[in-house]
Amino acid sequence: MSDNHKLTDMSRWGLKKSPWAFHLSTGSCNNCDIELLDALTPRFDVERFGILLVGSPRHADILFVTGIVTVQALPRLIHVYNQIAKPCLVIALGTCACTGGIFDGSYHQIGPVDKIIPVDVYIPGCPPKPEAIISGVVKALAKI
Amino acid sequence: MLFSHGLMDIFYLVIFPGFIFTMTIGLLSTQIDRKISARLQWRVGPPWYQPFADVVKLLGKEIIIPEGSNKISFLLIPFVGFAAVILLSTMIWLANIYPDSSFVGDLIVIIYLLYLPSIALIIGGSASRNPFGALGASREMKLMLAYELPFLLATFTIVVKNGGIISLGGILNYQASNGAMITQGASCIIAFIVALFYIPAKLGEGPFDIAEAETELASGPLIEYSGVTLAIFKLTKSMLLFTVPIFILSLFAKNIWTPWTILWYLLILFFIILIKNTNPRLRIDQALKLLWFPLSGLSLAGIILAAVGL
Ligand code: SF4
Repeated sequence: MSDNHKLTDMSRWGLKKSPWAFHLSTGSCNNCDIELLDALTPRFDVERFGILLVGSPRHADILFVTGIVTVQALPRLIHVYNQIAKPCLVIALGTCACTGGIFDGSYHQIGPVDKIIPVDVYIPGCPPKPEAIISGVVKALAKI
Repeated sequence: MLFSHGLMDIFYLVIFPGFIFTMTIGLLSTQIDRKISARLQWRVGPPWYQPFADVVKLLGKEIIIPEGSNKISFLLIPFVGFAAVILLSTMIWLANIYPDSSFVGDLIVIIYLLYLPSIALIIGGSASRNPFGALGASREMKLMLAYELPFLLATFTIVVKNGGIISLGGILNYQASNGAMITQGASCIIAFIVALFYIPAKLGEGPFDIAEAETELASGPLIEYSGVTLAIFKLTKSMLLFTVPIFILSLFAKNIWTPWTILWYLLILFFIILIKNTNPRLRIDQALKLLWFPLSGLSLAGIILAAVGL
């Protein structure tokens, strides 16, 4: 959690109760992305916790990164991370984003997400179930 | 005369009909909107304090000024729209509480103030130096051209019907002695229906969320806003959700200074939520066609009927 120390109690409460999420794929096989979308369906209804998917990184409080970081995606990842209004949380979603997974050691990759930007919570799984994603978000919010 | 009570002015603007009152009711209306939308999709929906939590969170976040944007207009314009809504709400409520204190032509001032939040969106989107923002701003501009015409014609129907009174207080006094405007014949019913379509278009809700277009423009003019400035835009929108229906109610359904207003307001709110959840977004050309031809034609027919005396 960057800039955590500066938060007042009020904005800490606000951040816990209304985390808006932005989704970035840095080279996943697309399966993690689909599971994230599953977690946003009415069946799981994450709006109960105030979670909304937003279209602009400027509005986001949580950055979901899926997939290992490829050479092509590297500048984009840094760009999007700098565009997010701080304080924000970064969640590495899926084994690829956490450790490299099955793509570890391939010619096109830079490495897992935490090699480039600070990661708050790791959600392993190939792909993680929506329940695991929600439990990961709860853990991330507990860190605020 | 409306603003001549010294200290009371500050009370009116900041506490009762102005800032705090409108903001609270506006945020609660947003919550009703989100909750009913969730229930319509078989979800549970957010807890009751959700819009307040959103605003509190946004107030604590960093404000990013995009590189190359016009800093002054980018940062100031949200507050212009916000101030306009506060003034608007204060004027409408005070005209209802003290009908005799309103000045001649305040109807025109209110209509001008109603433009300002949309103009704030347009300028903010253009100042942000983002192609999506500019695209959203241009769509908002076209949408504004589209929805203002039928609404102006609808308000004109009322003016024709009551014999040329253009002050809100005057219209309220007229309704107090002659019965609510909506009961005065076919022309007023037509104007009311047109005004109902104006509300979602004005708010950018329902089938008219063309400018914000979450899916393809990533919230359009608001795309570069973060932190406090985004909170101000969200607050403006919530307050408009309360103020615009109240304005239409006071034009058509007698004085709003009665408990019945709560019921009428909730009915209008429910109508907005229903058409929002049951209709896909219109394309900008479809919206223009719908608002200019069928609805403006309808309001024109309303004016003709009013001139004949129906
Ligand atoms: S973790 Fe598995 S499902 Fe997710 S991107 Fe990697 S390979 Fe695909």
